[in-house]
Amino acid sequence: MTRKNRLLKLVALGAYLFLYLPLFIVIVYSFNDSKLNAEWVGFTFKWYDKLFQNREMLSAAANSLIIATVSAAVATVLGTLAGMAMHQYRLKLLPGLVLAPIAMPDILMGVSLLLFFIMLNMSLGLISITLAHITFCIGFVALSVQARMTAIDRSLTEAARDLGATPWQCFRKITLPLLAPGIIAGALMAFTLSIDDFVITFFVAGVGSSTLPLQIYSMVKIAVTPEVNAISTLLMVLTLILITLTARLYPGALRS
Amino acid sequence: MQQKSWQQRLLTLPPMGYLLIFFAIPTLIMLFASFRYTGEYGGLAPWYSIENGTLAFDLTLENWQRLFETDIYLRLFFKSIGYALVTTLLCILLGYPLALMIARSQKKHRDLLLLLVILPFWSNFLVRIYAWMIIFSPNGALTQMINSLRDLLGLAPISIMYSATAVITCLVYVHLPFMVLPLYANLEKHNPALLDAAQDLGANRWRRFWRITWPLSLSGVYAGSILVFIPVLGMFAIPDLLGGTDGIMIANVIKQQFVESRDWPFGSVLSMVLTATAVLVVLLGAKIGQQGAR
Repeated sequence: MTRKNRLLKLVALGAYLFLYLPLFIVIVYSFNDSKLNAEWVGFTFKWYDKLFQNREMLSAAANSLIIATVSAAVATVLGTLAGMAMHQYRLKLLPGLVLAPIAMPDILMGVSLLLFFIMLNMSLGLISITLAHITFCIGFVALSVQARMTAIDRSLTEAARDLGATPWQCFRKITLPLLAPGIIAGALMAFTLSIDDFVITFFVAGVGSSTLPLQIYSMVKIAVTPEVNAISTLLMVLTLILITLTARLYPGALRS
Repeated sequence: MQQKSWQQRLLTLPPMGYLLIFFAIPTLIMLFASFRYTGEYGGLAPWYSIENGTLAFDLTLENWQRLFETDIYLRLFFKSIGYALVTTLLCILLGYPLALMIARSQKKHRDLLLLLVILPFWSNFLVRIYAWMIIFSPNGALTQMINSLRDLLGLAPISIMYSATAVITCLVYVHLPFMVLPLYANLEKHNPALLDAAQDLGANRWRRFWRITWPLSLSGVYAGSILVFIPVLGMFAIPDLLGGTDGIMIANVIKQQFVESRDWPFGSVLSMVLTATAVLVVLLGAKIGQQGAR
């Protein structure tokens, strides 16, 4: 039962082109031996060389990795708790608190956290960025875990309890393994969102510390140079590897 | 029963505590800041003072009055709402056929086709804006091609960079997956037997679409529209990099108040208006969605 509709396929093809052509252009120009992103001059790796000699960029990359690892870890724990709670109990406040940060425009969280940190006399830097990243990551983990919870057969945990397992044993041996794909998907999402975040970081970073997106922003603000293409290409490759790894290790994790 | 509530607390309290501290309280602080005076060097002035042993509160409505003194800010708000509406509409126009095509393709291909929609979304946000900076740059291929065409027709060359066109194109590009995913989730559930029945009864392709597929998919359209509309309304990076002076949106002014002018109270006023608008849109969307479900 296939409905052949050429117009539909044509528009869809156009949409895919629209999605991929810009990224393709970025990748191609990262190997172009010209300062301008215009004419193709010749193949080169020099933009990558330049990138790896750029101290600021390297330290920003290190910052990004540290922040993303810590905030993904903390947000995964808190988000998993929230996701399980939202599935098991009829709560009013928690779902609202989990969903609101996702529903609001990023800039609002950025400026309100800036006011909050300044009010507490906290110096802005890696810690304030990490605390902010945890805040916006919790919701995504919680939703991923909650979706996975609904797929778990309740009779399994009930059977375990009937056979004398303690609540902890039941969680450790039944719920957690079954929940793993949801947790992994949530953690991956949190990690990527943290590495990717520009808007909120922009407000809570202060002057001393930079992350990759902040570094890219300041470079792009001044001039469009192929070095940005090189770092962009590397970031795309990193994300692709992460996604492929997750898909290999936990088939089904990406679907949720 | 006792044990159950102990478990419930263990699960609920840590995330709730964290979000109360780092989300709810900062939002309240922002509301409060909108009634405070600007400090001497920008930022915030103290909100109370003690003179001769009496406590005085230094709060004001001035910041809120300033919002209505000129029509600059309100016009910018409406302009941003306009941008968000146009972006949402374009996302529907482009995303609907895409979601429909995926939902109607063979089952084994669907996951891959959907993944291809999500994949660009996983690449860095700034990289995706940067890609359009290259495309729209004056010596980029697209601008050159358009201008050589215009030259043939005897028209003056144009620049797409730093215009509303550039901003909206990039807004659509970044937010398209938010439209496609909920639409696909909806369209995939449709029963093909309905379309067969309509065809047997003599309805042509157009009629089948408008009488069956479209009405059934409305909840997906609403969900996608909210997911696109709200982040676009509060977007500052795209107009900042692609918009120039003409293309700025309300979030650019908020950023300017907090970073360049350091007028935090007025920045808080604008942020609160944006918050209220976003909340209103979500509530409205939920209400329409409920009615649609009936």
